Amino acid sequence: MKYLLLIHQNPAAFQALPEEERQALMNEAGVICNELIESGEWVGGEALTDPSTARTVRVRGGVPAVTDGPFGESKEQLAGYLVVECENTERAVEIAARWPDARHWAMEVRPIMDQGGVEM
Amino acid sequence: MSDPVIAGGRVEDLLRELAPQVLGALVRRYGQFDAGEDAVQEALLAAAQQWPEEGVPGNPRGWLITVASRRLIDQLRGESARRRRELTVATLAPADEFVATAPGADEQPADQDDTLTLLFLCCHPELSPASQVALTVRAVGGLTTAQVARAFMVPETTMGQRISRAKQRIKATGSSFRPPPPEEWADRLRVVLHVLYLIFNEGYTASSGPDLHRAELTVEAIRLTRVVHRQLPADGEVAGLLALMLLTEARRPGRTGPAGELIPLAEQDRALWNRSAIDEGVELISGALSAAQLGPYQLQAAIAAVHAEAVSGADTDWPQILALYQLLERIAPNPMVTLNHAVALAMVRGARAGLDLLAQLDSDERIADHHRLAAVRAHLFEMAGEPESAREFYGLAARRANSLPEQAYLRRRAKLLGG
Repeated sequence: MKYLLLIHQNPAAFQALPEEERQALMNEAGVICNELIESGEWVGGEALTDPSTARTVRVRGGVPAVTDGPFGESKEQLAGYLVVECENTERAVEIAARWPDARHWAMEVRPIMDQGGVEM
Repeated sequence: MSDPVIAGGRVEDLLRELAPQVLGALVRRYGQFDAGEDAVQEALLAAAQQWPEEGVPGNPRGWLITVASRRLIDQLRGESARRRRELTVATLAPADEFVATAPGADEQPADQDDTLTLLFLCCHPELSPASQVALTVRAVGGLTTAQVARAFMVPETTMGQRISRAKQRIKATGSSFRPPPPEEWADRLRVVLHVLYLIFNEGYTASSGPDLHRAELTVEAIRLTRVVHRQLPADGEVAGLLALMLLTEARRPGRTGPAGELIPLAEQDRALWNRSAIDEGVELISGALSAAQLGPYQLQAAIAAVHAEAVSGADTDWPQILALYQLLERIAPNPMVTLNHAVALAMVRGARAGLDLLAQLDSDERIADHHRLAAVRAHLFEMAGEPESAREFYGLAARRANSLPEQAYLRRRAKLLGG
């Protein structure tokens, strides 16, 4: 099963952390990435730039309207994502629980829809 | 000139068959599973390019061993040069831990012993299932990294990384190119069979269009399981797994409709099922059940055989299936088995009996939120003549589904009930 792990973060709070602490969080994340590559569960993942750099695009009546800033308006914003392939949801949750952002903000675990299926 | 497409297909079949033999020969000669496996991949790629155009050489296995050996030696030379070391005989001498017990073992002709030994190595219990599966399909199955990546729908670089890390991990465990010792044999074989079953299941998910590559995995799994069965003909679980795969695969032509939609077992056109695969599967499982110690793959195959032998859904021998599920639940209990057991129970003793059995799964967190539980409950409510509840649970199952075709099927069922 593949899972998308969404890293939710409060960008203002993250930037307000002391430099060493931010670095420590990123190093911690790096260690987990390496472990996932090692275990064969890693599929992909990236960090995102600050939400202020986002563009939200809506097309209404065939006309695209582009606004600056992210789609969601909450303080917590998407800061990055991982795609992992693991045996079950419990394992995906276990990975999310170790991710440092989960201690400060939140990680969201979403199963990825399979294009294939089996008859019942 | 033969049709290049057909010739290409034959070359590919031949290469997959030879892949484990060539790798086995290389590992015996040079004692390097990791680098040897890369060298064999390169030789297979070279053959896949050259043979369809230039023709298959007289001794294809010898050709591959020669080419792979050259690549391996080049690589080892390159490495030792980088380390500013001279190439010494020692570099190429077999590393102790990899030497096969029998001297001169590499002079043996093409033998299938290597396939099983390689499977034990690739399905090393230290590896995660995802790594075991990927490495097995490449190193033993002879698929290229690109093909493995496409089949499992992950980026090629990710798959390459997964495979190389898996090999490093095996190297780090100090595993030898030998079958496991007798006291570990049964457990290790169980892992190998589980990996083959995972490969099969990955390929059995029905889909149209974009992931046809995935369907190839069932063919690979059956081919590899056949090799294991040839080597261990008396093992009932190996025979059972092969039978289960054949009996399941036999239904493939009947399980989807013209638009790729899933057709439930009870409604499949059984004339479309693959008769020769059914015959082979039934023969295998009948032989295993009468001779070997009973195991979960044999029981699942026996259940599949009862379905396969029914001329129609209505003709199915449900009391027999129920008895088999009761046995399976005793020797290998798991919530998916209970789920299927509930369906069989409903068919024999009525929907209410099945629904009662399902109730115990609500407190089992392994399956409580699974769409299959809601789907079976919906089906049994439909059987019980309670369309409102059925519709509600089909809807719930559709929302929880993690498979697009299954979700579409569940929505159709809900709609048929006016949902």
